[in-house]
Order: sequence, then C-alpha cells, then structure tokens
Amino acid sequence: MSNGTKKLSGADIFFECLKREGVDTIFGYPGGAVLKLYEKLYDVDFLEHILVRHEQGATHAAEGYAKATGKVGVVLVTSGPGATNTVTGIADAYMDSVPIVVFTGQVPSHLIGNDAFQEADIVGITRPITKHNFLVRDINELATTIRKAFYIASTGRPGPVVVDLPKDVIASECEFSYPDDVDIKGYKPKYKGHYNQIKKAAEIISNAKRPLLYVGGGVIMSGGSRELALFAKENNLPVTMTLQGLGAFPGTDEQSLGMLGMHGTYWANQAVNNCDVLVSLGARFDDRVTGKVDTFAVNAFKIHVDIDPTCIDKNIVVDLPIVGDVKHVLAELAAEIQKTPDVKEWWNQINEWKEECPMAYEDADGKLRTEYVIEQISKKTKGEAVIVTDVGQHQMWTAQYYQFNHPRSNLTSGGLGTMGFSVPAAIGASFGIKDRPIISISGDGGFQMNIQELITAVAYKLPIKFIIINNSFLGMVRQWQELFHAEKYSFTDLSASNPDFVKVGQAFGIESYSTDDPKEVDTLIDKAMSINDRPVLLEFKVVKENMVFPMVPSGASISDMIVKRLNPKRMM
Amino acid sequence: MKHTISVLVENRFGAFDRVATMFSGKGFNIKSISIGETEFSDVSRMTIVTDGDEQILNQVVKQLNRLIDTIKVIDLSHTNHIQRELALIKVGLQKTTMEEIKNITDIFRGKIVDINNKSMMIEVTGPPEKIDAAVNVLMPFGIKEMARSGTVALNRGEQLNQKNEFVQTN
Repeated sequence: MSNGTKKLSGADIFFECLKREGVDTIFGYPGGAVLKLYEKLYDVDFLEHILVRHEQGATHAAEGYAKATGKVGVVLVTSGPGATNTVTGIADAYMDSVPIVVFTGQVPSHLIGNDAFQEADIVGITRPITKHNFLVRDINELATTIRKAFYIASTGRPGPVVVDLPKDVIASECEFSYPDDVDIKGYKPKYKGHYNQIKKAAEIISNAKRPLLYVGGGVIMSGGSRELALFAKENNLPVTMTLQGLGAFPGTDEQSLGMLGMHGTYWANQAVNNCDVLVSLGARFDDRVTGKVDTFAVNAFKIHVDIDPTCIDKNIVVDLPIVGDVKHVLAELAAEIQKTPDVKEWWNQINEWKEECPMAYEDADGKLRTEYVIEQISKKTKGEAVIVTDVGQHQMWTAQYYQFNHPRSNLTSGGLGTMGFSVPAAIGASFGIKDRPIISISGDGGFQMNIQELITAVAYKLPIKFIIINNSFLGMVRQWQELFHAEKYSFTDLSASNPDFVKVGQAFGIESYSTDDPKEVDTLIDKAMSINDRPVLLEFKVVKENMVFPMVPSGASISDMIVKRLNPKRMM
Repeated sequence: MKHTISVLVENRFGAFDRVATMFSGKGFNIKSISIGETEFSDVSRMTIVTDGDEQILNQVVKQLNRLIDTIKVIDLSHTNHIQRELALIKVGLQKTTMEEIKNITDIFRGKIVDINNKSMMIEVTGPPEKIDAAVNVLMPFGIKEMARSGTVALNRGEQLNQKNEFVQTN
C-alpha cells in the first residue's frame, strides 16, 4: 500500500491508476456520464487521449494498439450508446484474446435500473464477451478494481475487461492507495507446464517420423517467437501457422509451410493430414483450421500446449495436453529433447506436395488481381511492415501472399471476423509503432464500415497507408454464393452503389490514388511509402470475380480441398 | 449422464449471472441449480445438476473454473456425497382422499404444512429421486402447484473446500 491521507476525487484516482499502470494512450469519446473524467483529462499530461469518431473505432483502435505492442489497450466512453457501441470491438477482442480495458460511464448509482437517460446495463450486455467485468459501486473500490482490471486483461490468456463507472462514484472522494499486488482467489494463471508432460512430449517428438508444429496466436502473445524459432530450427521441424499465428515464425524461412486450414496452402494441409505427431502451440483447433473434426489429423499423436485449460479437448480430443505459457513450455521442451527427430523423408514428402500444387494465380490477361497487389506490397516492404487487414477475400490473400517476418505484424480480426476492423485498428497500431510502416488493407465493403475514422488518422497526422482492394463486391460472400449457393449473387454486388473512394479520401483531406493497371501498382506503392507525415489512400480496382484458392469448404475434410477453380468456363 | 457439480463462488453481485450466462452461451444444460451461503460469509455455494457425456462435463468444469469469480469446482459425481431436495406440493383435497394423502405423506416422511377446504400443502425432503416418487404417487390426486428447491449436495467426510486448488487437465 502506498501513501494517502489526502482525499482524492474519483476522477483523480482514475488517472492516478492509469499512470501507475503505465498507460500512455487512451482511445475515447466524451459524453454526459464521463464529463468529470474529461474535465480532469484536460490537465493530465502523462497520456495522450485520442479522439475517435465512433466508439467502435475506439475499441478496435485499442485492439490494434494492444496487438501491435503487447501492451494493454485502453478505451474511455460514456454510458448508454457510448457503451453499446463498444460491444463489437469487445467481442472481437474476446475472440482473439486481445488485452484491452474498456471504461464505460454509467448513470448515477441511484438511477441505475430506472431507464434513466443514456442508461444501458453494459455489465450485463458484455458479460458473455468479456474475460471479466466490473461495476464500481463504491469509490473505495475504484483503485483496486482498476488494478484488477489491468491484471486480468493482461495475464493468463489475455482478453477484454469492462469497468463500468457510475457518475456519482467518479464525483465522490476517498483516500487513495494503490495495491501493489493483486490477489484474486479464483484467478491464478498457470505459466509453468507440467514437467512430466513436457518430458513425455519431448520423447514423442524425438521419435516422430512426421512431426508438425501447428502454431497459433498464443505464441505471439506469450512473446515466444524466439523460443519457437530455436526449437523448430534445432530439430528441423516443419511449421504451419494459423491466421493469428502468422509472423510467429518467419514466413520466408524454408521451414515455414505457411497457413493451414480453409485457405491454407496445399502442402500445409497435406502435412496436417499425414503427420504422425502434431504439436499445437497456442492454437485452439478452430473450425476454420480443422474442417471436419472426425477427419482432422486422425493418425497423429496430438500434443496441445495452451495456457487456457478450456481450449484443451474442446474441439479436438488430444493425447497429451500441457497447460502453461507456450514460451515457457517451448524453452523447457527444447531443453528436454535428447535427440533430434529424423525428418529427412518427411521433408522430401512435403517438398513434393509443394511442387505438386504451388500457390499460383492467373496473371496472363494483364488485369489487376489482389494476389499481385499483396505480393508487391510484401516485396516493397520486405515483410517488415505492420499489416492491418479487414475481413474477407483480401484478408485471406494477404495471409497467403504477404511474407510476415516478425510477430505482431499481422493484425487482423480472426475469430469474430469483424468487417470494419482495419481502419481503426491501423490507427491504434500507429500510436504504438513508430518505426515501421503501418499498412491498412480493406475491401470496398469493410472500408465503409468504419470510414469515419479516416478523419482521426488525418487529425493526428498518422502515416498510415490505407489500401482499398476494390472488386465492387462483397467478395468472400460472393465466392460462397458462386460455389455453394447456386450463383445467386444476392446483395453482394456493390458496383452500382460504391462511392468514389478517391473523392472520399480527398474529402477527408487525404492524398488519394486509384488504378486498375498492374503496371502502376509499384509506382503507387512507392508513392505511398514515401509519404511519412500523413495518411495516404490507394485504391486498387481489381477483377470482380476472382476467388481465393485453395479452399476447404466449410465442414468438409481437409483432404477435400478445392485447389483449382470448380467452374472452368469462367476464366477472368 | 447426470452430474452434480458443486461450485464455490465469490458472494458478489453478478456471480450467479456469470455462471448462468456461461451455461446458456456454451449450450450446456442445467437440470437444476441452487445457490446459498456457506460457512464463509464471502463465499456462496452453487449446486448445479447438468447432463452430458464426459467430454461435455470436462468442458463444464473447465469453463466454470475459468470464470474469475469461481473459487472452486467439485464434480461430486465421482465422490461419495449426499444429495437433498425440498419440495412443497399443493394437492387437491376431497373428503374421501384426505386419509390416503396423509398416509402417502407419512410413507415419504413428509409433513402437511398447510390445509384448507380445497387443498393441502405437503413438504417433502430427500434425494431428488424420492421427490420424484412422491410427485408420481400424488399426481392422481391432482397437483395444483409445486415448488422444488433444486438439489443441494455435499460430499461425505473431510471437507474439500478449504484449499484453493484448480482442476488440472494434466
């Protein structure tokens, strides 16, 4: 416990707590219930408050900041609609285990339950989509609650925490003391894996003929990329990554098989199907990875390392679970391996698969395609940029064609699949990362879902490259309509109703360019990369009816992968 | 298969809601649920009866443990334990049936706790199966209203709730 006989107001305590937590950036939007906090904020100098244009933007920005830096993202909004607007971002953070703390204003305690002006039961609403949430009912609990909120959000399997602050609590006073330690009876995350289990895993990996590392976002969150690289390199193990795992292991490394699952590489999915030992590291056997569970890696001995015990045996029953922090476990696993496995033949087989069905796309007709745009961005930035994608076809093509070389470089909405994520998340990331380019990639549909945040990027002079992949369609939905829904392109054609994106950019005061010519792609990327004191917008008008392949249809077995176009008559 | 799970939670605003929300959100079934105080004023005990196979039960236990307000989860199905439930059953009354209902109440060691010209209220306690049996036997007399407390349960012998330990999967 630290000092304090002097009484402080709730607002003073709030900012004092943020200071102690090392918060340097908060994303927010003022309103009636948080006026006291904003009054105090006027004189606060240790942090920067970023004014967004919609509260959803604030939560995604906090996610972008947290994903890019590993620190906790912080949001401050008012009660009622301010709070409910954060819900999608909170759900997104919950699905992708992003540490954010969302402070919501609340009507005064005596009005709670009265259907007061701008009242919403945000604690009730967010209960199933938060790691935990709090309603602060007593000023004496404010400091401890904030301490707990940051602790819960950032430890164990990270996640969002909501703290609801009634107006009268913020206005009242008490003595301030900040607890040094947090003790929550029911919450003691377990970081160290069980020794015997690790030893057993090491033995099994040593004797494996066809081992495979299946790497998820947990490796990045735990900061275990170095341990992963050492372990994989030392034992010459093939590495495949989930969407959230991309960057955990360098995409350019020859041991990387790229992404697995629905739009994964042919050879990664073949490796999953044929491996004899599958080591899942910080991944959760999501349905987009496994396809039909009955046929997923049926012959493999499955080892599952995860910090969250609920992930184990949830979707796939495994043979050897290890509950613990993947960074710690990887280091111990590496130390326990007595002999490196003999994987020469296994690699020959994998390389055969690679040759059998390499990643390729149609490019002979001189028309612009997303795959080409992404490849060029990857080449121009040498895999060093922070890429923030939205959701849909461009997201999958980015996962396939951008060579991520570092962790925390691929910021994307994976679990919830939130369109509108990219623009605000890129804004958040650019407050955390100053020494690498931030590139936001959206489709023409998703770009319009949080388009208002463009002005936030302009106002703070953020050097973000906003890239719109415009195929005038909700492309991924269109792809499913073509493949599985009788080519009924129901409400996915935006060609007649899209705005002029260059004019939109210009209206926000952003230098904006557009092309549909592959020959101009390099020039535009160079142009964008040369602007470093303000945002820039590039629109790439790509062919309309392009599809993401390979593809494992939803619910199908990985071996039923569609590697080529089903309908040969349609050549674009 | 039916399972009885005892959950110690922080005696705090919203703790019950979190458990209920988790069950509905994950699609787990609740057959009965009861909640009340324990020997510690800051801890409540919930007794949940649920059904599902071993994998589902494992998930239920882990998901319960994952809630921050959960202090301890004990799957009583694998321990020697006592289960009790209380039921208040209001049965239709005619002059001719009164004696018979009284006899049935005695057989189930129940009590008649209220009576008027048209009905009689019977209190029965015991394992849930006993309550089921009493309900079945009383059914023909016309059950007008019924309230069941849901199961409460406690393991026999030494207490399990002192130590704050977590269910390990390995």
